Amino acid sequence: MTAPILEYVGIRKTFGVGPAVLDGFSLSVGGGETVALVGPSGCGKTTALKLANRLLDAEGGAVRIFGRPAAEHDAIALRRRIGYVIQEGGLFPHWTVRQNVEAVPRLLGWDEARRRARSDALLAMVGLAPEAFAGRRPASLSGGQRQRVGVARALAAGPPLVLMDEPFGALDPIARRAMQKEFLEWKARWEAAVLIVTHDLREAFLLADRVAVLQAGRVRQVGTRDEFLRAPADEFVREFVSEFAP
Amino acid sequence: MSELGAFFWQRRAEILALTGEHVLLVAAAAAIAIAIGVPLGVSLARRPALARPVLGFANAVQAIPSLALFGFLIPVPLIGGIGARTAIVALVVYSLLPILRNTHAGILGVDPAVTEAADGLGMTRRERLRLVELPLAFPVVLAGIRVAVVVGVGLATIAAAIGAGGLGVLIYRGVATVDHRLILAGALPAAALALAFDFGLGAVERRMGPRR
Repeated sequence: MTAPILEYVGIRKTFGVGPAVLDGFSLSVGGGETVALVGPSGCGKTTALKLANRLLDAEGGAVRIFGRPAAEHDAIALRRRIGYVIQEGGLFPHWTVRQNVEAVPRLLGWDEARRRARSDALLAMVGLAPEAFAGRRPASLSGGQRQRVGVARALAAGPPLVLMDEPFGALDPIARRAMQKEFLEWKARWEAAVLIVTHDLREAFLLADRVAVLQAGRVRQVGTRDEFLRAPADEFVREFVSEFAP
Repeated sequence: MSELGAFFWQRRAEILALTGEHVLLVAAAAAIAIAIGVPLGVSLARRPALARPVLGFANAVQAIPSLALFGFLIPVPLIGGIGARTAIVALVVYSLLPILRNTHAGILGVDPAVTEAADGLGMTRRERLRLVELPLAFPVVLAGIRVAVVVGVGLATIAAAIGAGGLGVLIYRGVATVDHRLILAGALPAAALALAFDFGLGAVERRMGPRR
């Protein structure tokens, strides 16, 4: 593991009145590493993710991205360097598959030949033959296919960091399995660090190098599956991972 | 019927000229209402606190009887007086509400997951508006423009009362002389215009529809 690409230190985040969503949240993601953030719904997973591309800003603590404090980054330029995959894809319904995949390269002003070569390669990687799919609109795709386009779109400009928010959450179990397996194959070819948010511990253990269990706004434990099973940090974690206990 | 046809034929030059004036009145008002209503609708979608009072005000203005509004505008300096300019101002006032309301609703109707994706990919607000929100809201905005134009064609006939020209001239003259042929010479082309605009804009709307 190299120097962290993304680092959270003692983050506090509230939304107006009400209790803090994140309080004392710390986590780091190294270059090329996949970290999964798992926890019950409402535990602040998505909030943590959005701090990384400055869709949200923290009130306390420090977020460092690419070695610099988040606030020093121009939010727009930063987001173009970070891949972002959301549940259901969030594809632009009025654009073709190719236009969706080329969204960020277009914002960055790549010329057409370069964009096209890149979108062809990415569509092929995610298993959507460009000649069959490039001209179609999202509405004509299955949920799994839309999610593949979402992944290709996130990777289009070769980001060193990819954020994924429940990327396979809307898929049926069979499509979900298939995407998880393929994710591991794709991952071997990217050189990106990935922070993936999921409520599914099985998925987290399958996809990630390290898993962070989040509860009530802070990370309870970070580690591999073996570490969680061998030495759970507290009762909550023990309970949370219990279905994986031998 | 053939008698009416002959009457129309005999006055074809006048009917055609007044139809032309009528189209110009409506088109000018629609263009101005779009230029004001679409940007205003977009900014209201960004400021929910302002949306209620502004849409409420536009609604209230809509409720002023049209003949009264034309009358009220006559003594107003710059925008008032006798003639087409005043009529266009009044038509803009009436066209504004449907365009404003539909633009507001169209922008708010864009799937939040899609706008979040636009933000997350690094679009500026302007890019998000131009590339994502306006194209997706377009069918709804267009439906508002369609309503505004069809209503405008009817309202513009009343504009003849303040000397703005258009097909209302024939209708008023027909009423004054109790000549139903003259009334029809103004009313039939006006109805045909309304239907033609409705059909034409409806066709554009349908063509844009399936994109969602």
